[in-house]
Amino acid sequence: MGMTMTQKILAAGAGLEKVVPGQLIKTKLSLVLGNDITTPVAINEFEKNGFDGVFDKSKIAMVMDHFVPNKDIKAAQQTQQCRCFACKYDIDNYYDVGDMGIEHALLPEKGLVAPGDIVIGADSHTCTYGALGAFSTGVGSTDMAAGMATGEAWFKVPEAIKFNLTGKLKPMVSGKDVILFIIGKIGVDGALYKSMEFTGEGVSQLSIDDRLCISNMAIEAGAKNGIFEVDEQTLAYVNERVNRPFKVYKADDDAEYERVINLDLGVIEPTVACPHLPENTKDASALGDVRIDQVVIGSCTNGRISDLKAAADILRGKHIAKGIRCIVIPATQKIYKEAIKEGYIDVFIDAGCAVSTPTCGPCLGGYMGILAENEVAVATTNRNFLGRMGHITSKIYLASPATAAASALTGVITDPRSI
Amino acid sequence: MDAQGRVHKYGNNIDTDVIIPARYLNTADHGELAKHCMEDIDTEFVNKVSQGDIMVGGANFGCGSSREHAPIAIKASGIDCVIAKSFARIFYRNAINIGLAILECPEASEKIDDGDIVKIDFDTGIIYNETKAEQYQAQPFPDFIKDIIKSNGLLNSIKNK
Repeated sequence: MGMTMTQKILAAGAGLEKVVPGQLIKTKLSLVLGNDITTPVAINEFEKNGFDGVFDKSKIAMVMDHFVPNKDIKAAQQTQQCRCFACKYDIDNYYDVGDMGIEHALLPEKGLVAPGDIVIGADSHTCTYGALGAFSTGVGSTDMAAGMATGEAWFKVPEAIKFNLTGKLKPMVSGKDVILFIIGKIGVDGALYKSMEFTGEGVSQLSIDDRLCISNMAIEAGAKNGIFEVDEQTLAYVNERVNRPFKVYKADDDAEYERVINLDLGVIEPTVACPHLPENTKDASALGDVRIDQVVIGSCTNGRISDLKAAADILRGKHIAKGIRCIVIPATQKIYKEAIKEGYIDVFIDAGCAVSTPTCGPCLGGYMGILAENEVAVATTNRNFLGRMGHITSKIYLASPATAAASALTGVITDPRSI
Repeated sequence: MDAQGRVHKYGNNIDTDVIIPARYLNTADHGELAKHCMEDIDTEFVNKVSQGDIMVGGANFGCGSSREHAPIAIKASGIDCVIAKSFARIFYRNAINIGLAILECPEASEKIDDGDIVKIDFDTGIIYNETKAEQYQAQPFPDFIKDIIKSNGLLNSIKNK
């Protein structure tokens, strides 16, 4: 019996000919990532246990993005702790105010992730890099500390669900609708402990931004990772950015999957996840009259240039509804500059939106858009858990940038095709 | 290795945002985090919990963010072990890595009620419900994981080698 794409990457990282699901292995790491919330816990553990060196200063990335630019004194202390550690160990890829972006948009953009890599990050959305054919998964701060010290991590080899994609997306439907549709079908623990492997002729119809968005939310189905087969688009993307050799892995023809799901991309409608779980999905057109107070367009899920373009195309020449706050957050400085060049930032400001420097801020209820009692938000973020964006009586609906922008114009959740 | 204590019972899909809301993540202090453990779904938890108590959840316990602050808050609040029908994978490895014992046992998750007194033998995976005089079998940890928990966390176990 052959191996899945994930199993082949893990076997190579462990120096083994073959691995099987359930096997506990130790692998070498290509990159260890942390942010301003998880890195301080990792540093505390690292220092408490007396480690005094990192395995490779070029293979550690620290991105200050969650509460940065700092929201309060305690957050500032935590960032300072990361800054001092990065300075002490001369960490090559430390990103702070001015050059930082939201980590999972920044790392692919900087060429720090390549196909075949094994990446751990002390952030659950580290699964994003599966879009580029890497094995990439979220861990906690202790794993990050151990990874920084030893360059290794332990894993249980996962089973996989194969998603065989066919067809082509309808207009105004994007990667976000695809992943919300999938989570709606399989549930928030539908892929628990497993790999989601995306393959089939439909993959070529999805842009790299769409794939990054889909892999990003694999964790919302409980998955260990969400990985795409590498194609010409992937190679064009990484060859422009990655300055080191890498190896492309492909699943064996006789690989064993726990389940195969055939998905025609053409059946997917603009999709919204209702409170308080990403699996509570409905077609945007079927929601009825859901009044909103705030719209957030950004995050590691949907803060990329194609997301801003989708929103700008809907908002151009119009103004958002009275009483609605719309916050737009380009995910990196490069994306921000491109959005200025393309005129999207003018569109947003003319439409009455606030535009912010890159930050995770509102997505996790940190700052930059916290909800009051009973308020309702439409967000292009990834989680709509109870109280996630503010008061415990507030509500979050997850949607694509197009649906979010259309909703900002009307003040109710709106199918973007009706604008 | 064993544990014995009173049960605090919760439902399915208990996410890390309710275990420890992000508004408290501007500190890594264990005691501070423990003060706010579970507060968005159970404001009384921090007042009710005693050292050595047990937490029981349903399916997909600990889903969401990778914040290690979640198992840290639970452990620092006094909980010795979490039993659930299933765990979200990052929470599972975080709990093990910081030395918080966790057991997957669908039967125990269903039959144990809030307030029951439960005794756990980690070597055999046997969970004994003293209140109901019932016994449930969880899968015991593999040696690799037992080693991490006995060393009180991953980094200690690496250092000890």
